[in-house]
Amino acid sequence: MKNPVAQSIADFLKHFPPFEILENAELVNIAEQSRIIYLDKNQILFKGGDSVHNDFYIIKNGAIGLSITSDAEETLIDKCDEGDILGLRPYFAKEYYLMSAKSREESIIIAIPIAFFEPYIFSNQNILSFFLESFASQTRNPYDKERKGKLISENMIVSDQVADLQYYQPIKYTKNPITANPDDVLRFIAKTMANSAIGSVIIEQNQLPIGIITDRDLRAKIATGQYPIDIDARTIMKSPVITVPENISVAEAQMVMLKHGVGHLCVTKDGSNKSAITGIISEHDVIAAQSNTPGVLLKQTRRAGNAKELKYVREKLTDLIQNSIDTNIPISHISNIVAEINIELTRRAIELSVEKMGTPPPALFTWVNIGSQGRKEQLLKTDQGNALIFEDVEPEIYDNVKSYFLELAESVNEFLEKVGYEPSPKGLLASNSLWCKSLSGWIKQYNSWINTPAEKGVEVSTAFFDFDFIYGAPDIEDALMENIRNNMGHNKKFFGFLAADTLRNPPALGFFRQFLLEGDGDHKDKFDIKARALEPLIDSARALALSHNLLEVTNTYHRFKQLAELEPKNAELYEECAEAYNTLMRFRTEEGLTNDSDGRYIDINELSKTDKGKLKNFIEPINEIQDIIKNRFSITYIN
Amino acid sequence: MAFDWLTGNNLPQFWKNYVSLFDNDEGNSEKRYVVFDMETTGQDWKEDVILSIGAIGLSNNSIAVGDFFEVVLLQEKFSTQPTSQKTVIKESAEKVVEAEAMIRFLNFIKDSTLVGHNINLDIEMLNFALKRLDLGRVRNQFMDTNVLYQRWKNLPEDSQSSLDEVCDMLKVKKNEMHTASGNAYITSLIFLKLRNKLGIRD
Repeated sequence: MKNPVAQSIADFLKHFPPFEILENAELVNIAEQSRIIYLDKNQILFKGGDSVHNDFYIIKNGAIGLSITSDAEETLIDKCDEGDILGLRPYFAKEYYLMSAKSREESIIIAIPIAFFEPYIFSNQNILSFFLESFASQTRNPYDKERKGKLISENMIVSDQVADLQYYQPIKYTKNPITANPDDVLRFIAKTMANSAIGSVIIEQNQLPIGIITDRDLRAKIATGQYPIDIDARTIMKSPVITVPENISVAEAQMVMLKHGVGHLCVTKDGSNKSAITGIISEHDVIAAQSNTPGVLLKQTRRAGNAKELKYVREKLTDLIQNSIDTNIPISHISNIVAEINIELTRRAIELSVEKMGTPPPALFTWVNIGSQGRKEQLLKTDQGNALIFEDVEPEIYDNVKSYFLELAESVNEFLEKVGYEPSPKGLLASNSLWCKSLSGWIKQYNSWINTPAEKGVEVSTAFFDFDFIYGAPDIEDALMENIRNNMGHNKKFFGFLAADTLRNPPALGFFRQFLLEGDGDHKDKFDIKARALEPLIDSARALALSHNLLEVTNTYHRFKQLAELEPKNAELYEECAEAYNTLMRFRTEEGLTNDSDGRYIDINELSKTDKGKLKNFIEPINEIQDIIKNRFSITYIN
Repeated sequence: MAFDWLTGNNLPQFWKNYVSLFDNDEGNSEKRYVVFDMETTGQDWKEDVILSIGAIGLSNNSIAVGDFFEVVLLQEKFSTQPTSQKTVIKESAEKVVEAEAMIRFLNFIKDSTLVGHNINLDIEMLNFALKRLDLGRVRNQFMDTNVLYQRWKNLPEDSQSSLDEVCDMLKVKKNEMHTASGNAYITSLIFLKLRNKLGIRD
């Protein structure tokens, strides 16, 4: 018997991946096993913490909001609509859902039994890879972000909600605050406050908060002469003190402050004033928590008057990166923001240094970031790498001009070091006499790199081909780029050298597809993600991009993206490499944030099984891209 | 006839099976609804006959897509033409005689609760078809989506709303084909929606 209802559902499904791969008969077969669910507005499909259902879901009409609940507040993470797939968590975790799915409008949902669909996944390579890639790539539909039919599981993308999300996250506050007894003399309390640079002191009795004394009280009650300075705390303190529970969100803290008209909240174990004090939240904490947005950081950078203020911005930036990683914001998105702020920081450091010099620069100049800074790929605090180019001047004054710029560069480098960027260990700094010279000096330098690449020379020079002109005269930049472009052409020797450089890194996976770990040294049995995975991708992207005369694009992700457009026949591999680069960067950044390191060495044993699989999958394209390099450039010039 | 039923004489096996389903009303773990619609030659259940039946099962507050039934009846005499020009029956479909259609239908609905839009007419049509086979009346409980709709909209009890009107009100995409099974499907969506809005639980 024909089933027109199943047929109509099959007709619907076939418009969306991964169903589009299946034959009509198979789709009808699946449709016949499915159920159709109707949800009124704000009805729950599944709830975070609920044990997983036997079905996964495709939205036929309507919209479903995915949310996480923290701090009794529901935060919307994503909105899914027609053709979106959700509830796939049972595929890899058998216990419970992480997020809640609730209809945002009247919705009709198709429920397909997971057990029934499973054979299709494993018998069809395309469906299998769609699922695996979705889980691995953090995008919902790995094939096309614009196209309908996204896959939603654990993965979520939050793009414009950074600020919102932070707003609902638990606030950071001072734990174990300084307290005083009600009988303490105010002079003593004021001294403590001044010494510790704090704005308030909680007055406790038997470890319970009974009041609070703030700057405001000192100002209004003591400084005005209303009370003498040797009065006891009990008389002055504001009581009762407003108490809140631990893990309160930024939003809630602000609400409570507004409601009670206070600037300080006392954190206690259970939130009442009958339990032990555990911390204090000040108005400043609320503002600081909200200031982790890119816009605010940029503004703060521009207004910074000294290294300390810039350093503060850099620290906030680390928080922002941590938050973004935690909330699974795409790595390319994070890199862009971080790069913008890094650049702004450097610019500000240059401006402040010029001010410090006291005299305006004697010639036009431009400041170039090189290496990872030039590629805009610095998520963690890593080394600075930079160079300075000044316009050609009369030979008589050359030495004077150069010494001015050396001094300026010295000051900028110091500035950046104070902010937290270590100087390049290879001495690739503008304050190095070698890397601070006139335009014609630089042209000569690049020409010698391109035309006579010596082993050591190229070692150094690759960093100089990842440049980002961040400050100064565009004319200088144009002239230099023009020269490089003309000279590079298809210089076989140069590209042979770049290619050899690309292949020098040790392999990542062994014959049995096992990770190759460090054999000895400080990082024994750890995986060197930098040398074995990231650098081969960075170097390949550079060699290929330069061979296409792509000088302006220096970011590895964008280089691969551009290459995919330029070489349609290799587009798929380049796209894979771009994604792989981002994912590997995420691994490195997470490692770095966890261990406060540069994240270079990863302990494979600490990774979850899925992460291990993911890591391996993203290492695969490296071999393929290296094959392309081997075939394209003649690597006769090795050693 | 009542005597016949008691002794079980002269009654076909399928009818006995059907009736026996209602013997123990307890113990049904999962309540099943069957939403159905039929095309007929007209509105007079004494004169008109069934042209086709489409039905779909609901359980667990959801439509079970595979729990589906469709039958097209072979018409012995074509003297009575379909009065509604909306009714379209595919000529290619397999057709069965009325008796066979009833056997299949009862076999499908079992002891479920029947649901339909203006279901009374359809139930009477079924009863008359069964009567022609010398059998009793349909024993299933039934619910009318028109009545549910009245309740939800607070309409007077005698009001009649067509399936299309209800679709418009509930924003259910209308069925262009107007086949029995198509109508059964949209009626089942309407049923789910109205149940939800009226807070009816199993």
